[in-house]
Amino acid sequence: MTTVTAPAPPRRAAGPPGGPGATTPRARARRRRRIIAVAFVLPALLLLGALVVYPVLFSVGRSFFDASGTRFVGGGNYAEMFRDPATLKAIRNSAIWVVVAPTLLTGLGLILAVLVEKIRWATAFKLLLFMPMAVSFLAAGIIFRLAYEEDPDKGVLNAAVVGVHDTFSESSSYPAARAREGHGLARAADGSYATAGTAAPGSSVSLAFVGVPPKEIPAEAKPAAEAAAAGAATREIRGVVYLDFTPGGGGKPGVVDKAERGLPGMTVEAVRDGKAVAKATTAADGSFRFGDLADGTYTVRLPAANFSPPYEGVSWLGPALVTPAIIGAYLWIWTGFAMVLIGAGLSALPRDTLEAARMDGANEWQVFRRITVPLLAPVLTVVFVTLVINVMKVFDLIYIIAPGPVQEDATVLATQMWLVSFGGGNNQGLGSALGVLLLLLVIPAMVFNVRRFRRSQS
Amino acid sequence: MSTMTSTTGGGRLRRWLGNGLVQAFLVVVGLVWVTPVAGLLLSSLRSANDNAASGWWTALTSPGQLSLDNYTALLGNAGITQAFWNTVLISVPTTVLVVVLAALAGYAFAWLEFPGRDWIFLLVVALLVVPVQVGLLPVAKLFGQLGLFGTIPGVVLFHVAYGLPFAIFLLRNYFAEMPREMLEAARMDGGGEWRIFTRLVLPVGRPAIASLAIFQFLWVWNDMLVALLFADSTSQPLTVELQSQVRQFGSNIDVLAPGAFLSLIVPVVVFFAFQRHFVQGVMAGSVK
Repeated sequence: MTTVTAPAPPRRAAGPPGGPGATTPRARARRRRRIIAVAFVLPALLLLGALVVYPVLFSVGRSFFDASGTRFVGGGNYAEMFRDPATLKAIRNSAIWVVVAPTLLTGLGLILAVLVEKIRWATAFKLLLFMPMAVSFLAAGIIFRLAYEEDPDKGVLNAAVVGVHDTFSESSSYPAARAREGHGLARAADGSYATAGTAAPGSSVSLAFVGVPPKEIPAEAKPAAEAAAAGAATREIRGVVYLDFTPGGGGKPGVVDKAERGLPGMTVEAVRDGKAVAKATTAADGSFRFGDLADGTYTVRLPAANFSPPYEGVSWLGPALVTPAIIGAYLWIWTGFAMVLIGAGLSALPRDTLEAARMDGANEWQVFRRITVPLLAPVLTVVFVTLVINVMKVFDLIYIIAPGPVQEDATVLATQMWLVSFGGGNNQGLGSALGVLLLLLVIPAMVFNVRRFRRSQS
Repeated sequence: MSTMTSTTGGGRLRRWLGNGLVQAFLVVVGLVWVTPVAGLLLSSLRSANDNAASGWWTALTSPGQLSLDNYTALLGNAGITQAFWNTVLISVPTTVLVVVLAALAGYAFAWLEFPGRDWIFLLVVALLVVPVQVGLLPVAKLFGQLGLFGTIPGVVLFHVAYGLPFAIFLLRNYFAEMPREMLEAARMDGGGEWRIFTRLVLPVGRPAIASLAIFQFLWVWNDMLVALLFADSTSQPLTVELQSQVRQFGSNIDVLAPGAFLSLIVPVVVFFAFQRHFVQGVMAGSVK
């Protein structure tokens, strides 16, 4: 409406009865183009206005009213948010998420992006790590529910943990075993067993146990009678640890009968004056031997570790570890993203600078620390900010992975907002306030985006 | 110094060893990434009894456990098949609508003039990060009044609205890179804006549009939150149908595992078929 270039009043009268200033052909064309432009953007803007802008304003307004929406409570809902233990927990968990996940992801992405440049199958590796980005949080959630299954016979993670644990510590254990009563062994408060009497070098002992179910007897166990009969030399104590039970019956309690087997893999200690001076592990026939003992009297002890229950792994989805466990699943999904984005930044770095530094004698670590990372800083920032925004919205993964009873230990703002508004809480005032808090938290990212865009335009 | 050591045997050996370590490390990382999916796939091929009795890895040594029975049962499950089609009916129209509306708007923001253009576009950039959660409650009320609540069109409209900021942002920036002379030549030839849009802008923008379409499709295909609220039991997609089963996790792995695999295989196929476009789309949308 502002640009009538030629002052031509007579021709205006001849123009069509449009608005003032729409009379010259140029102005008419301009007006036409403007109408077309509006027609092009209008459908999108209407949808954005009705379903994004209006809801934001509505939520802000709604957050000042109570649950039923009739009474104005001012900042009441916001105060409630920091009083209510459940929302407080959500705020704390969200803080953990926002700090831990983007930091780990950016670091991991950086390391992998640098390393992957050194291998020939880089493309395959990148594709593999990026693939989870295409998978839904629901599917990823089910995948990790399976992996985190607590029973080491079902959950792959605990199977691995138990496997590693058992390789490094004694795994042959008899949780159900107990000493045959009245035959020389006494149980201590800590679960260990020791001989009631003492033994001197040159003697041998037979330690009778019962209660070991057949499936817990190791396959290599052999009859113990022969070893029990062998005499001890002067400076040694010998003995057998055996299962005092004859399959099919007929054995005598407290005696090593012919069919009775030794219990291999038991740890046995010779104790003098309350100190363990020698240690042995029973062989396949249950025999053990302490050699080179000084004169004196000893008790023979079986430490409690022999009878401790087997290691069952980690309770990944218990209240203590559920958030780290879900962050782990999140890393599985997003690491590829961080790696590819940082990798793109890496390939844009000036090769000469890096080469020059290497020529000057810098080692790989120095090049990485002093040149690569500083030059990559802008890319790292973009990755970090993107991840922060996305972490803030994480919902599905927690909703799926955290088992029902643990849900309240894993809750974050996004899940809490859902629970409060729709999942039983039905407090839409508090729910709106949580939504607005979520929005407030991403405003720095919003400013970052707008600034970055305006800079790219100028 | 480094030039010297790199030519000596010791330097070469060290570099060879270092490379070996890097390779080994990345192989381990790769295995960590594959294992969970392998676990899902193998679990989905084992019977309920096998899954209750032992871990999926036992199938590696006794492949006799594996069968397609769970999948046959899944295809006979009316709830799941209905949910699968609902997913298609939600994702495809959403993708088409987002692409069309965003292409129109993106072109207008890049090359047409209208009052307040630049400020409105900055608003769109600001809307990029608005969390879906803020919209749930007000839009649910609005849809309730319009009779859209619990319907597929309702779910689609919500997705379109929340997909648009990124889509407009992406396409506007791509279109803005077009040479000005190209457009002016087309305008001189007397082409109307619509003609220029369909004959020139869309073909030139094809790579960006492809990235956007794939990204948008996967985003909606994978959504659970929006559908959880806006879809009812007849219009709910696969993700919502499956999440209702997660409540009994443990007793129904023979349904959950193949269901999750069904919901995952479409995106993964799309990903591998169009990986270049997908990666570009994700990277362009990295501010979202």
